[in-house]
Amino acid sequence: MNLKLIKAILLLPSVLALAIPTASADEFTDTDLERWQQQFMGVVQQGRDLWTSPELGTNGVACAQCHPNAANTHPETYPKFQKQLGKVVPMWEMINWCLKNPLEGQPLAADDPKMTAIQAYVTHERRGVKLEPGKH
Amino acid sequence: MNTIHKSRRNFLKTAGAAAIGSTLPISLIELAFADTAENFTFAYISDAHIQHIEGTRFVRNWDRGLIRAVAETNLLVPKPDFVFFGGDLAQLGTKAELDHGAEIMSALRYKVHYVMGEHDYYLDLGDYWEQLFGAQYYSFNHKGVHFVVLNSIRTYDDWTFNRWPSNEQRMLEMAGLDNPNGSPFMVGEEQRNWLKSDLSKVAKTTPIVVLSHSPLQKIFKGWNFWTEDAEQIQALLKPFDKVSVIYGHVHQIQYNQIGNISFNSVMATAWPWPYPQSYAQAEQYLPKLTVPINRADPFFERDATGWQFINMNNGNIDLHYTLYNNTARSVIYNNKTKQPEDSAYQSEDARIPPQTHF
Repeated sequence: MNLKLIKAILLLPSVLALAIPTASADEFTDTDLERWQQQFMGVVQQGRDLWTSPELGTNGVACAQCHPNAANTHPETYPKFQKQLGKVVPMWEMINWCLKNPLEGQPLAADDPKMTAIQAYVTHERRGVKLEPGKH
Repeated sequence: MNTIHKSRRNFLKTAGAAAIGSTLPISLIELAFADTAENFTFAYISDAHIQHIEGTRFVRNWDRGLIRAVAETNLLVPKPDFVFFGGDLAQLGTKAELDHGAEIMSALRYKVHYVMGEHDYYLDLGDYWEQLFGAQYYSFNHKGVHFVVLNSIRTYDDWTFNRWPSNEQRMLEMAGLDNPNGSPFMVGEEQRNWLKSDLSKVAKTTPIVVLSHSPLQKIFKGWNFWTEDAEQIQALLKPFDKVSVIYGHVHQIQYNQIGNISFNSVMATAWPWPYPQSYAQAEQYLPKLTVPINRADPFFERDATGWQFINMNNGNIDLHYTLYNNTARSVIYNNKTKQPEDSAYQSEDARIPPQTHF
């Protein structure tokens, strides 16, 4: 094999790396982190808007009326044995219980973007609290 | 229901034991003095939050709480001399809500004294409320006790008059308990001057009972468990031998002692609120004395509401709480430590898991 060919083969990956703009999987920048945080906080804000909205249910009652700052929701304890339901449930099932009862509304699908937003907001308000799954 | 038909003597005895079968979401308050002929009781209903949906529809859950309290108050034996309503009759201060609330309250067979809450006030600054219920602050004497009612939920003029494009938005901004656009409650200079003058005519030995919507002490600013000029009000009350402050707004049991002033909250008929320590992102100052009620079970619509009667013997307040689906509680003024203490749960060792709020 001649030297020129070896050089060309060795150079190939770096040339490709320059030619394709995506970063390697394990490399990200401060700009990336900022963008991801912005994406997350955008959904948290959507969750806050839903939390305080009189439109989420049918009777004008908002989540925040009983749970200011999402207090007394304890996202850090889910999944847990929800004694009133008689089984271990993830948080979204309890959120749906509240939508159906105090808010007299319809439940949301587990992967409904609104459900994601509500859980993002509730969990964000509990940031810094240690995980205690199963705790009542 | 049999409890409320008992005589007061039996009632007092029974309440000390844990075996009360029925519960009332109201507060029966007894003022006891050396001359027993002067003893009397009054009932206290608070925070009904009647909420209009549209047309003739109102939120059923909150309606039921107030209707039940009114019905049970009418069954009280002995009959209370009068009833206090502690504020937040409405949710958004509308005529529809105040009228509907007033209609439910009209079933009471007693004289009712009203206290202004922020949910009654910030739409029209109390105009319609005044037409229905009278002055926003006032005082009266009853069987040797001087009662003072304050509107403690006013705030800075700039917030009230210059901040919002409409009265409706002003109401909505103040109605959100955790809304960062809200503003701290205060009694304000006008009422402080009036209070100073009102109290100047009262003997220092006369028991004073002050009724306000917000606590006249500072607990948690974020949810307005707070009155901005609390220290100034406390200073005006300091010269009197026996002072009791009773407040609503917090939808939970709180108690405290600051110098000569005993503080007691009353329950809501609508829904309970979390204790401030369950919000992990902010500092709060729940009185160390307060042993919280059990954490609410949302599957019981009226859980974490309840009633208490207050026995005011020689100016010291004893509270007897009965709570839905929970064991009765007593908070007794301890003459040695000069503070109210829970008869069963005050010591850290004696508390039970549901009293831990996190």
